[in-house]
Amino acid sequence: MGSISLRNVRKSFGTTDVIPGIDLDIEDGEFVVFVGPSGCGKSTLLRLIAGLEDTTGGRILIDGKDVSDAPPAKRGLAMVFQSYALYPHMSVYKNIAFPLKMDSQAKDVIDKKVREAARVLNLTDYLERRPGQLSGGQRQRVAIGRAIVRQPGAFLFDEPLSNLDAALRGTMRIEISELHQHLKTTMVYVTHDQIEAMTMADKIVVLNAGRIEQVGSPLDLYRTPANLFVAGFIGSPRMNMIEGAEAGKMQAKTIGFRPEHIRLSQTDGAWSGTVGVAEHLGSDTLLHIDSDEFGPITARADGDFVVKSGQRVFMTPDKARMHRFDEKGLAIR
Amino acid sequence: MATLHTRASARLMMAPSVILLFVWMVVPLAMTLYFSFLSYNLLTPGAHNFIGFLNYSYFLTDPAFLMAIGNTLLLVIGVLLITVIGGILLALVLDQPFWGQGIVRLLVIAPFFVMPTVSALVWKNMLMNPVYGLFAWIARGLGITPIDWLADVPLFSITLIVAWQWLPFATLILLTALQSLDGEQKEAAEMDGAGAVSRFIYIVLPHLSRAITVVILIQTIFLLSIFAEILVTTNGGPGIQSTNLTYLVYAQALLQFDVGGASAGGIIAVILANIVGIFLIRLIGKNLDR
Ligand SMILES: Nc1ncnc2c1ncn2[C@@H]1O[C@H](COP(=O)(O)OP(=O)(O)OP(=O)(O)O)[C@@H](O)[C@H]1O
Ligand SMILES: [Mg+2]
Repeated sequence: MGSISLRNVRKSFGTTDVIPGIDLDIEDGEFVVFVGPSGCGKSTLLRLIAGLEDTTGGRILIDGKDVSDAPPAKRGLAMVFQSYALYPHMSVYKNIAFPLKMDSQAKDVIDKKVREAARVLNLTDYLERRPGQLSGGQRQRVAIGRAIVRQPGAFLFDEPLSNLDAALRGTMRIEISELHQHLKTTMVYVTHDQIEAMTMADKIVVLNAGRIEQVGSPLDLYRTPANLFVAGFIGSPRMNMIEGAEAGKMQAKTIGFRPEHIRLSQTDGAWSGTVGVAEHLGSDTLLHIDSDEFGPITARADGDFVVKSGQRVFMTPDKARMHRFDEKGLAIR
Repeated sequence: MATLHTRASARLMMAPSVILLFVWMVVPLAMTLYFSFLSYNLLTPGAHNFIGFLNYSYFLTDPAFLMAIGNTLLLVIGVLLITVIGGILLALVLDQPFWGQGIVRLLVIAPFFVMPTVSALVWKNMLMNPVYGLFAWIARGLGITPIDWLADVPLFSITLIVAWQWLPFATLILLTALQSLDGEQKEAAEMDGAGAVSRFIYIVLPHLSRAITVVILIQTIFLLSIFAEILVTTNGGPGIQSTNLTYLVYAQALLQFDVGGASAGGIIAVILANIVGIFLIRLIGKNLDR
């Protein structure tokens, strides 16, 4: 069991309000990802849920029970830290066994659980090693192993993959997703990596300056961003934003269209421009175009669309997939 | 220093200082060794005859010798116990954020800057004196007969004085070690359900083990040769109750003018110190290579 509810949770460090007040419901078994720019309070929010920081106000409920004043150990949560926070003087086995030992479980029970966790995480050959003798990915798995043996109500991850190289990050991403499908335990995952957020989440929470901008499934956020911030934050490369007369024609302050929703042509189209930089990724090509009407625009073209820097191109936005925003930056539906 | 040539020139460059250090150490050692085989007493002029191991057997069979070894060990172990345990506790306290932390830290370090003779005299006259010492005054205030510290428990008193001097050193080293402990590790342990005591035993103490080793090794080197504190407080007495090896050698050489006997004692002290050193390195030195 592991549903988590935040009721007007606030946090300030001294006089700075880091989190001015957040309401959020996380269902049991959900994979929730917190994303947002650096310093927006993702880690702080996670630490509040973990109990490593005291709330300044509001309530935190786990399975409907108020745990706002409970110490971390009493909340039944497990956390995986960005630095792994393994105990350097203990073997991998002892690291994984530590929470069970603190729970005063019997030796043979501990042994069974540790070996099972090691098997799931492919750590069986490394049980006698010290953390210092492991690679980054192996350390990460030990940290996860230490979290899963306790069978917590929910897992909290704070940017667990940010110290790994791109290839390993891809593998670990899949491993964590598989682990989630296998355990069906609630997971709260902090990241600033778009791909992690989009691929792993059941539900993404977009944070900005301690406020929730939007909550929804990855595709919800991609298709119907609630405001300019979410529209600009989700999706890579960024959505193109256009203000002024062209937006006025659509009864909006700002209009936005994603690079992949622009049809490109060498002969005709609604708008025209000059190609600045063309990034050929093979499968597709990212074009940074200096448009005649609105300045820089990014467009994603098919890999077969061959243009060179300095060439003239024409663009036609897909009107059906255009996003419109009012003066306050809120989406107009 | 990759090539043969650079290595050779490096040796050449280092030679003067190495030779100087070598001579500096070897000449006194050789002379002491030489004297230790002579009948050489400043009160009996004349030829200094070679008398073989007589000085050694004389020194080793002296009843004061065993007593001195015992006292030396008791002193070293006592001071180590107090400073290591006290140092850990003080470091834990000083690591907490509290008002006036800077001043308190400075005060804790202060005893280290007081010379041994001065601090021993302060303890002897202001604190431990049975008539006008602070401890006696407190004892009388509580209605207890004051203890004559330096006469009744001389070795313990000296242990206290020396421990007071070395506590800051231990605290300082352990505090820096404590501050280098990764905060996330403590938080992880907290999440894992470890209480304050478990966190101390399983996380903090192992982290401190290297620093504790350094404290023990360095202090032992200095504690084996405590002298000034004994000289200005008890003079090794009453009787020989607070005489350690260093003081015994001193008494032999400068109170009995027996250069030969004192040299033999000095050589024995050197050998014993090395035994203790090897023993310590074997026992706890492995903590260092990790
Ligand atoms: N102990 C603290 N004391 C004062 N301010 C703090 C403290 N911890 C965090 N903050 C502030 O709170 C804000 C949010 O910090 P937080 O660590 O939650 O950011 P984040 O979203 O996790 O960023 P990142 O993606 O860089 O990890 C930051 O502006 C930070 O400076
Ligand atoms: Mg963070």
